[in-house]
Amino acid sequence: MNIIVCVKRVPETAEADLMIDKTGKDVMKSGLVFDLNEWDSYAIEEAIRLKEKQGGHVTVISVGGEEASECLRKCLAMGADDAVRLTDPAFEGADAHATARVLSESIGKLPFDLILTGTQAEDDGYGQVGGALAELLGIPHATVVNQIEADAKKLKVHRELEGGLEEILEIDLPALLTIQTGINEPRYVSIMGIRKVAKKEIKVLGAKDLTLVANETGLSGSDTRIEKISFPPTTGAARMIEGNPEEVALNVINILKDKGGLA
Amino acid sequence: MKEIFVLAEHRQGQWRDITFEMLSKGRQLAESLGSEVHAVALGKGVACLTEALRGLAHRIFLVEDDRLEVFNSETYQTVLAQLITERKPLLTLIGHSALGMDLAPNLAVQLKMPLATDCIGLEVKEDSFVMTRQIYGGKIHSIVSFKKPGPYLLTLRAGAFPVTQKDSLQSEIIPLPSPLTDGNLSKRFLGYLEAALGDVDITQADILVSVGRGIKGPENIPVVKEFAEAIGGTLSCSRPVVDKKWLPKGCQVGTSGKTVKPKIYIAVGISGAFQHIVGMKGAGTVIAINKDPKAPIFGVAHYGIVGDLFKIIPALKQKAKELRQR
Repeated sequence: MNIIVCVKRVPETAEADLMIDKTGKDVMKSGLVFDLNEWDSYAIEEAIRLKEKQGGHVTVISVGGEEASECLRKCLAMGADDAVRLTDPAFEGADAHATARVLSESIGKLPFDLILTGTQAEDDGYGQVGGALAELLGIPHATVVNQIEADAKKLKVHRELEGGLEEILEIDLPALLTIQTGINEPRYVSIMGIRKVAKKEIKVLGAKDLTLVANETGLSGSDTRIEKISFPPTTGAARMIEGNPEEVALNVINILKDKGGLA
Repeated sequence: MKEIFVLAEHRQGQWRDITFEMLSKGRQLAESLGSEVHAVALGKGVACLTEALRGLAHRIFLVEDDRLEVFNSETYQTVLAQLITERKPLLTLIGHSALGMDLAPNLAVQLKMPLATDCIGLEVKEDSFVMTRQIYGGKIHSIVSFKKPGPYLLTLRAGAFPVTQKDSLQSEIIPLPSPLTDGNLSKRFLGYLEAALGDVDITQADILVSVGRGIKGPENIPVVKEFAEAIGGTLSCSRPVVDKKWLPKGCQVGTSGKTVKPKIYIAVGISGAFQHIVGMKGAGTVIAINKDPKAPIFGVAHYGIVGDLFKIIPALKQKAKELRQR
């Protein structure tokens, strides 16, 4: 089975102190640590597991500058066979739809049975590229997938719905699935593992290699525009409890007693 | 006319809450535009269910077909593409749900409609719209506009838009013929699967002590569980803990897990992603412990502690045990 996995390099912001940059349209990236998008790490792991089970070839593909190579190398170290980086000044500032167009142009030239993407990206959270890509390629898709069973012609997949419910679908190949976190346990990649693939070639393609018109990609090919960004308004007003752990604990126990928690 | 369409979402014979949230927002937008809001209901035998939407939209377009009995993005996309192409609403609203995530991106590409997903704010601006989205895990709000003319497509986040009560509209229910023809679908529904319940039903607990990503590893969970037990509470968690298989799915609070309303909810190392907050905001008293003073959980908590949970939880456990022994 030929599997293509689309991945994105994103800043880790969960514990970072974010600042807004001069444009007012993005956060300052200096000082932030970047890594493979969490959803994508589950997608690449799932692709490698499918390959290990039934043979095949895994190609990992990312839109981004030279810095995106480190994520592609991580995927190669995990077990992907090939890596492609799509890079061009014309791709910059793309929204989800414009990104999907770049991916579809490059993927359309490759043999594939299955395409995996993350359900969404940690940074902009559109959750849109996978579905848009499937539509552009004219193949069936399923989103928010948390289980896959594959045979030669079709897949049986579980989709995560709300409230702990799942739906089970059968889907013909070739197909695109967007992968939900928790579907597997992504394998750990050591620095040694990444070193081993340091010399592996990452194929680089630009706008000229793809049959795309300028106004179909990047900022000019986007349907949406970010006007500005801001910090969310502070809502509510939690009463803050301060002190050393013992003082805090005593305070909390008193609150619990007060609220009927410690009868 | 600059009409607003709302895709009414239902599952297993019930309207999803997002349907009413979108109809309420859609009506407000329609009033701003001097136009109308219309619901679009697709299904099999949903005519009686549609009665519950009466009064909430000017028109209710109803498409009934055996092939629409359960949601399938392929059939839904075919029906909606035809409806939107024929009637050209200025804006179509779809929930940013498992349904909308499967449908909206494809529909937008097919009809070349500008799409913005997972919006938490939405206002009319001239003949277009301005949306608020959350980026970087909710730490930043992004104001987004469309660069191209409509018709537009938006997906709205569940729980982000309030349902406001207004006078009933004279809803006209308009049955439409199904455009579906006997084609083979490349995606076929096989069935639903309910997540297995854990040993305990967290929705029944009066006190929940909930752990999140901040717990760092499964080896740190026992001390939180012991604290929970010392105060007569039950252990629950947020999504990352289930993703990492540290606790079973039945313990998860949030959109894709359980909605809980305990008397007391103690959030330990949970930053408070929107999808988590939706599942616990009905709690009586919320106490949050987190090392990040900017964590959104403090926005819904009644009491907050900024600090190291690995020091605070053992101290809490100790105090609770002392109290018990007295």
